[in-house]
Amino acid sequence: MKKSIVAAGIGLLSVLAVPAWADYSVGIAGPMTGEYASAGAQIRAGAEMAVADINAKGGVLGQKIKLEIGDDACDPKQAVSVANAMVNKHIVFMHGHWCSSSTIPASDIYNDAQIPMATVSTNPKVTERGLKNIFRIMGRDDQQGGVGGGFLAEHFGSKKIAVVDDKSAYGKGLADEMAKGMQAKGVKPVLRESITAGEKDYSGLITKLKAAGVEVVAYGGYHTEVALILRQAQQAGLKLTIMGGDTMSNNEIVTAAGGDNANNVLFTFAPDSRLEPAAADVVKRFRDKKVEPDGYVLYAYAAMQLFQQAAEKAKSVKYADLDKAIANGSFNTVVGTLSFDAKGDLKVPAFRVYQWKGGKYEYFK
Amino acid sequence: MGQFIQQLINGLTLGAVYGLIALGYTMVYGIIGMINFAHGDIYMVSAIISVTALTLMSAFGISSVPLVLALVLIIAIGFTSVYGWAVERTAYRPLRNASRLAPLISAIGMSIFLQNMVQVSQGARVKPVPTLIPGGLELFTHNGFSVHLAYTQIMICVVTVVLMVAFTGLITRTSFGRQQRACEQDRTMASLLGIDVDKTISYTFMLGAALAAVAGVMVTVYYGVVDFSIGFVAGIKAFTAAVLGGVGSLPGAMLGGVLIGLIESYWSAYLSPEYKDVATFAILILVLMFRPSGLLGRPEVEKV
Repeated sequence: MKKSIVAAGIGLLSVLAVPAWADYSVGIAGPMTGEYASAGAQIRAGAEMAVADINAKGGVLGQKIKLEIGDDACDPKQAVSVANAMVNKHIVFMHGHWCSSSTIPASDIYNDAQIPMATVSTNPKVTERGLKNIFRIMGRDDQQGGVGGGFLAEHFGSKKIAVVDDKSAYGKGLADEMAKGMQAKGVKPVLRESITAGEKDYSGLITKLKAAGVEVVAYGGYHTEVALILRQAQQAGLKLTIMGGDTMSNNEIVTAAGGDNANNVLFTFAPDSRLEPAAADVVKRFRDKKVEPDGYVLYAYAAMQLFQQAAEKAKSVKYADLDKAIANGSFNTVVGTLSFDAKGDLKVPAFRVYQWKGGKYEYFK
Repeated sequence: MGQFIQQLINGLTLGAVYGLIALGYTMVYGIIGMINFAHGDIYMVSAIISVTALTLMSAFGISSVPLVLALVLIIAIGFTSVYGWAVERTAYRPLRNASRLAPLISAIGMSIFLQNMVQVSQGARVKPVPTLIPGGLELFTHNGFSVHLAYTQIMICVVTVVLMVAFTGLITRTSFGRQQRACEQDRTMASLLGIDVDKTISYTFMLGAALAAVAGVMVTVYYGVVDFSIGFVAGIKAFTAAVLGGVGSLPGAMLGGVLIGLIESYWSAYLSPEYKDVATFAILILVLMFRPSGLLGRPEVEKV
């Protein structure tokens, strides 16, 4: 008797579970936990809103889409296991990962499993390895480093500039490109240093900068370390201006740097899509939900739009069709029009220089 | 010269913090012969508690800095010792007679549990606190380099020295200290002589947690930024300090902490910050190769 109830229960459950199989699963992955979890939260907020919006309008090819969230904590090993888990969940499209050092190993797995992916990772290697499935919806570090380095040479060329990175794939790559950008305009950095991300004490580095008379730092790495460096520099009586990359677009830097230290942070980032009319409606709805759509929020939203439009265009979510549609198409998203070159990089990338001011970032004036 | 003195100050401050955390490792090792891998996270919990306490106090309008500091210390020590006690109760005591590997692994589990608990309940974002004690002293200027001694650095060093003295007194002069030393030597014998071994071990965990709590509060005031992941790196460094000084030896833990702080600080000043950790751990390996019991540790004598 009891056995038959259990069997009936299992039967009922499996019937209930069946409709879920018909949905299309799409994945996002990034640092949902760990030191850079706030970036993961941005990606998640953007993707969740996009999926809800797409489903509200009838989904993709008449099917609802379901979001799978992976957490790699910016750890390359964990990224690989997240990628394998995503493959087992039969996702048809992936947006991620966030850290270049995670994206590079994970993308091999998505490539083997024939899953097209979008990413905001900026290290050149992400698209330089000839993978056909990867599309980068943001510019590359050799582009943004050139912009940042050139800017430093132009505006701060007369001051002593140090180049510092955090030894990560993203940070070191970006710092090297910034140094190249400066040197192209005839400015040589006086110091080249690396730090260990995740520590809290940077007094050694700061003393060294102070001893060398450095006033400006070109920094490759993430916002959490920059905030600490600024705070500790101020305590040690050193006024620093820091030029960073796209990861500085995280508003955590304002509170973490303390006081108005963040006003000394300049960074390069894609043009501010919050100001574009195409994004106005989405931006308003994010703000209504008390989420400021800064940093990578709109990019995650755009990645989901990219998938939806490509699938509608291809009339299929099969790899060959979807991949071809993305590679050859042009897509209108909340971050502007996306179209890709043969490597999978944006055809028209752009970087602007921003500065934090009173808790918000705006174009450098 | 200026830079040398500045790095000395930085290194001593950093070393004091490592030393305080290392005391917890060393004490626990001394009494149960095992490393408490959740200790770094106890320190993190204390830092998070002190952020909450600071925020609460500014909400209540308490603005006198000494009063705020004293209250935060009391609150952090109170809560954190309860954490220390709970870690011992759940991760160690049920496994006291299991093989040595079991409590080690349960402690690592406890460490991951604490990190995730704080992350889920407090959020993953960094928590900043306003600068409590701003400014410092300009000591002197040499070749255009002005040596800066922040008030917070003075505070950390003074608090550490006071704690060390008080702590040494506690271990050498009180009955609790005597019981603790007895348990260290021979747990079975101590219990035969009427010492409540379980209670002594519990107190030891609480005491270690209280010291880590002080380190957590001071780091919060010093760096002004705290998040759920700070326990891991600090824990590993402090563990290294304890081993370097001779695990089980209290002055050794302090010495190891200061040494590691100084090595890090001078290495990053004159060589490269990039290889700072490589240097620290290489020195640790060398010490262990040529002096396996650490700098101040006694070689383990076979008990007869």
